Amino acid sequence: FLGINDPGFLLSRHRPLAISNCPTTSSDDLPLQPLAAGRWLRFLGKLLPVLRWPPQACPFLLLVEIRQSAPAMGIECLVLGAGQEIGKSCVIVTINGMRIMFDCGMHLGHSDEERYPDFSLIDGSLDCVVITHFHLDHIGALPYFTEVVGYNGPIYMTYPTKALAPLMLEDFLRISVGRGVEEKFTAEDISACMKKVTPIDLKQNIQVGKDLQIRAYYAGHVLGAAMVYAKVGDASMVYTGDYNMTPDRHLGAAQIDPLELDLVITESTYATTVRDSKYASERKFLKAVHDCVVAGGKVLIPTFALGRAQELFILLEDYWERMNLKVPIYFSSGLTKQANIYYKTLMSWTNKKIKDTIALQNAFNLKHVVSFDRSQINAPGPCVLFASPGMLSGGLSLEVFKQWAPSEVNLVMLPGHCVAGTIGHKLASGKLTKLYADNNSQIEIRCKNVNLSFSAHTDSKGIMDLLKFLSPKHAMLVHGEKPRMSILKKKIESEMGIKCYDPPNGGLVKIPSATVHVKAQTSDSFAKSCQSPNFSLSRCSTSGAVLSTDLASPLTVTDDRVGEAILFVDGGKARGVHKDELELELIVSGEGKPQVVLFGHCFPIRSKNLTNATGRLGLSGSRSLLKVLALELSHLFPQVDVQNMGDFLQVGSFILSVCTNASCTRRSSEVPGDPSTTCTYFCCSWCMEDEKLALAIISSVRNSL
Amino acid sequence: MKLTCLSSGSGYQFPPCHILEDVCGFRILLDCPLDLSALSVFSPVPPDNDFVSDGKASYNSARDCFAKEQEIQKRQKIETPLHAKDLIHDELWYKTVKNLHLWDPSSIDVVLISSVMGMLGLPFLTRAEGFSAKIYVTDAAARLARLMMEDLIAMNMEYQYFYGPRESGGPHWMRWEELELLRPELKKVVVGKDGTELGGWLPLYSSADVMDCMRKVQTLKYAETACYNGTLVLQPFSSGSEIGSCNWTIDGPKRNITWLSCSIFASAHAMNFDYGALRGRDLVLYSDKQFLPLMDEVQSNDASSTIPSNDLSSLSRCCSADKDDWKKLTESLLSTDEILEKEKMDFICSCILQSVQAGGSVVIPYNRLGILLQLLEMIPVLLESLAADVPIYVISSMAAELLAFTNVIPEWASKPRQEKAYLFGLSIPSSKFELHFEVSKVSSSFWMFLQMFSGEPMFSHVDFVNKRKLHVFSAIHSPELLTTWQEPCIIFAPHWSLRLGPVVHLLRRWSGDENSLLILEDGVDPDIALLPFKPLEMKVLQCSFLPERRLPKVDCMLKLLQPKILVLPDDLKEKLDFSNPSLDSFSVLYYTEGETLSLPSSPEGTLDLEIASVLAERFAWQNLGRQDVMYTRLEGELVMEQGKFRLLPGITSADSHPSKNKEMKSDAG
Repeated sequence: FLGINDPGFLLSRHRPLAISNCPTTSSDDLPLQPLAAGRWLRFLGKLLPVLRWPPQACPFLLLVEIRQSAPAMGIECLVLGAGQEIGKSCVIVTINGMRIMFDCGMHLGHSDEERYPDFSLIDGSLDCVVITHFHLDHIGALPYFTEVVGYNGPIYMTYPTKALAPLMLEDFLRISVGRGVEEKFTAEDISACMKKVTPIDLKQNIQVGKDLQIRAYYAGHVLGAAMVYAKVGDASMVYTGDYNMTPDRHLGAAQIDPLELDLVITESTYATTVRDSKYASERKFLKAVHDCVVAGGKVLIPTFALGRAQELFILLEDYWERMNLKVPIYFSSGLTKQANIYYKTLMSWTNKKIKDTIALQNAFNLKHVVSFDRSQINAPGPCVLFASPGMLSGGLSLEVFKQWAPSEVNLVMLPGHCVAGTIGHKLASGKLTKLYADNNSQIEIRCKNVNLSFSAHTDSKGIMDLLKFLSPKHAMLVHGEKPRMSILKKKIESEMGIKCYDPPNGGLVKIPSATVHVKAQTSDSFAKSCQSPNFSLSRCSTSGAVLSTDLASPLTVTDDRVGEAILFVDGGKARGVHKDELELELIVSGEGKPQVVLFGHCFPIRSKNLTNATGRLGLSGSRSLLKVLALELSHLFPQVDVQNMGDFLQVGSFILSVCTNASCTRRSSEVPGDPSTTCTYFCCSWCMEDEKLALAIISSVRNSL
Repeated sequence: MKLTCLSSGSGYQFPPCHILEDVCGFRILLDCPLDLSALSVFSPVPPDNDFVSDGKASYNSARDCFAKEQEIQKRQKIETPLHAKDLIHDELWYKTVKNLHLWDPSSIDVVLISSVMGMLGLPFLTRAEGFSAKIYVTDAAARLARLMMEDLIAMNMEYQYFYGPRESGGPHWMRWEELELLRPELKKVVVGKDGTELGGWLPLYSSADVMDCMRKVQTLKYAETACYNGTLVLQPFSSGSEIGSCNWTIDGPKRNITWLSCSIFASAHAMNFDYGALRGRDLVLYSDKQFLPLMDEVQSNDASSTIPSNDLSSLSRCCSADKDDWKKLTESLLSTDEILEKEKMDFICSCILQSVQAGGSVVIPYNRLGILLQLLEMIPVLLESLAADVPIYVISSMAAELLAFTNVIPEWASKPRQEKAYLFGLSIPSSKFELHFEVSKVSSSFWMFLQMFSGEPMFSHVDFVNKRKLHVFSAIHSPELLTTWQEPCIIFAPHWSLRLGPVVHLLRRWSGDENSLLILEDGVDPDIALLPFKPLEMKVLQCSFLPERRLPKVDCMLKLLQPKILVLPDDLKEKLDFSNPSLDSFSVLYYTEGETLSLPSSPEGTLDLEIASVLAERFAWQNLGRQDVMYTRLEGELVMEQGKFRLLPGITSADSHPSKNKEMKSDAG
């Protein structure tokens, strides 16, 4: 040791550091604090984690009140929808007493009671509702929930979701009415509901009530999709909604900060699929479309009007431009046109490339894409048609499909996942050969069909990447198919070593909050010293001599910024002190009587070394061990008087003895190197004035044996 | 902690600039503006009407003889009124904040920007050697500022072409003997009142400097948190004065600071002033002085100068009333501003119309983006109502991008505008829909209907551009402009200093036309600014576009923020009364330009330390002998996160053994 730092403070951390790379705090973006050479020198030294006070001698050093910052209630998740299925996403999460509903979707595969989440399971009131994006399986039940069920609290969604959600809902209502299905809410309900919505921006901190803080992160998937971070007290979690970890033509990839989380609830649509690169599927898509139109066929692309359609528009527009194709691209739905207007306005939510070019050309000004008229269904010649709804679940896309399916030259392109029960799903799985048309006549399906995973959902690799990035303490899967989810669940549990849940609808998951912080208080000087670096340089030559002057030996730099301290509980009164303030504190607390502070440390030495050392002298037993040490120390420290008192060694106030007490209070949690060999503990104590010497002795004992 | 006011600024164009020292050990620069009003000491290009007719060839020789003539006149020191020839005939230099250059750029840790105007001087700082501070600015302000800076560079090019390559050494007017010859009015602008401001003059940065600057800024959304060094938590909140402008909160482990810049309670275009979020801070630094001149002088031509007195009394009543009545107060704070701004805009529009109807043209050197957007919306509607065929031109190198940008930022716009972009028209007539139509019929009519009621651009200038009522050109000499040119017309063009950009040429054209109108914002001294265009026949309307923030309001707001310490500019000393005993729970300090004010340090107290429960569980408690006193040893890693001390389970004592430490070779020995 070259010296002892001004005794600094009491929390210690030992970390090897290169001098050129020593941040003052843990933050990653800090500039280096300019440190004068003199200051560096002052910080040479080392404070070993050896602070021990004999109970009778030491009043207190750091008084701390231990109290739980909040009742440790943890997180409770009630899955109302999308548990082991896809559709009607709805999870109620209670974090330390605050209750949030994430998403409020409807199930498109059902038309009975199953269509909506079972809101009657909600016990008590909600503090807020957060909607991640505008897809019906995430927002479909919201008008029903607010206007019919009667929820009246705050609702949060991003700006684009707020703009686009009413379009989606109105469109849904229109199709339902067309089919003659009675819905549980009306157009008035939609607009009344949307008026209650508070739009939020990405990364904006929203304070709900006193305790709950929510924040949205970019999720890709569709325009305005968000992952939601929620925090109450110490407990925090992320609900991902649907997300995409790879950027596409018009949206960026999901982005989130590293957060300290208790729970991540993630979608798992593609729990086991690992998708090709985007480039490959784009090529496949373009090739299939190109081949078909060149052969004079018609291409039907059933798609929902928002999201995927925009991506494919941009892709085709670009391709048409490059290949100089003249075949018309139609879109069927007014919704899409409307949506394009929004996409233009909400440019800042698209990807960087599109954003950067706004001034020059708005990427959503499409030249080749024109609107479709019903009379053109049977017009001759090739064309490409985008028709809603996706999955061929009804409406125009099914109508056109019936017309075009019998011809072999035609192509049906299913860009993404089709929910079980839809015609799209049957077609994709190759089970569909015949279809009954309205007038009970059969239609032969002869057209080609291609199902491309053009999904805006992340694949299993993306899910793992996100989970590993966030490294939460627990994970929960929703929005997926049961068998695949359980495979992913096992994978997460084995690869990450965390508990993973995949509850069914109505399932309740309780997670104890583990990131509870215990609040303590410290003094100013404590904080001050913690903020300045405290380095020690030591040369450890292989011979073990600590004060070696051998310059060739490697220089070890340790940062002792955080020393170790004593945590005290005194009837609930809290008081923190800096070591410099120690003496004053002692006098105050000891009612004026001067007190003596003894420092203590108990450390293990592996017996193999000991037997070697003692074996050399042909001795054994603890007394002989001390004898060896006394000899060694008097060599190393000729300037002091090393007294061998038989049972212990004494150098000034420094006392060293062999410790047999297994539960010695001075013992640190230090693990002896090799568990197979038994080790001997040495226990020592000293007064503050001899600290420098004591530390040097301890270090040399460790090194020499 | 210390506060130095480098410049108390003047108006919207030149916001104040401060340095806060020792905020948890860091030095923070608040805003980095440019004093563009100082440009008025220069003569615009071309220097004089006489030379325009001579053609370009004679410019250089003209300049020499001009300079001589000027010198002779100066030497004679004849007491004549200020003449255009007295202005400095040289390439433009730009005046930065006084004394900012005396601070070591490397010593600044953080730069906070409150508005677009507060960022214009930033490239000077970022290009300085050793500058390594983190710059935080809102996303929208950064994008607008880049446009402004690039526009400034583009306009400055005209001077560079005219005067040729820059001479080595300082410009001639900076020599002391030349300065002595300057007229006192101009000299005051050049060297400042006490003659210390000459060092602040610099030639304009290059676009490479701007690019570099933009790379160094970190952009934030409103209410997004940024954490500097783990210690300072910084958050911008909407200030309402302009798109992207903000007030900042700086939260450290021991002290919370609010920096309140120019704020408007209700804005017609930008998101409203979010002052609820600013409450409960220890220290409020109020740097806004803009309402002062408005209070002192009542402008005769300003229609809105009459203050409804009942408003004020209701306001002050609110103030003294129950503090819980926050909502009611908010409403009253918001309402008055809105009305006044609307009235003012109407007055300006009526002036414009008068002039156009009389056959004159109107030049509007715009400054505030919000005003530009509002006028662009109002004027075409008015013209339409009068069936007047008067074209509107916007001429600027960045106008197209600027206008495109304003329509894609709903997150930054005011609520009514946001809703314009959203689909809210639906609620009214949808009930009238006969829902049992055939699907196809419903859908077509339904979608037609949708398009009528939704998806409107937030700012209607897009429509006017489409209807060919509004024309956007990048330069005054663009061929498209020449082919569509038609007089009378209404022109929006930079620059409000009347020294740069298309405005100079337009003023020369119309300065003799008594029917024409020039609309000036305040912030420029009209005597000097209009000097090169004299004799001036055209009408000039100078008005403030900013709604007045009257004192009761400011007073009221500051009290509502409930700071422990309030720091105000010294001008406010007499004007704000904090003597009311029921309200003065806080102390008030006043700062003066150019002086350093020591702010009382926060009381020596305890700091919270959060210990991870994982760690806490590991503690081996021991009794001290006395009852209810327990102690244990602390270990772990102490970190500073989000302005809080945290003890986390880090490297434990297994690592403490020196011989077990990984050895790192170092040359430091």
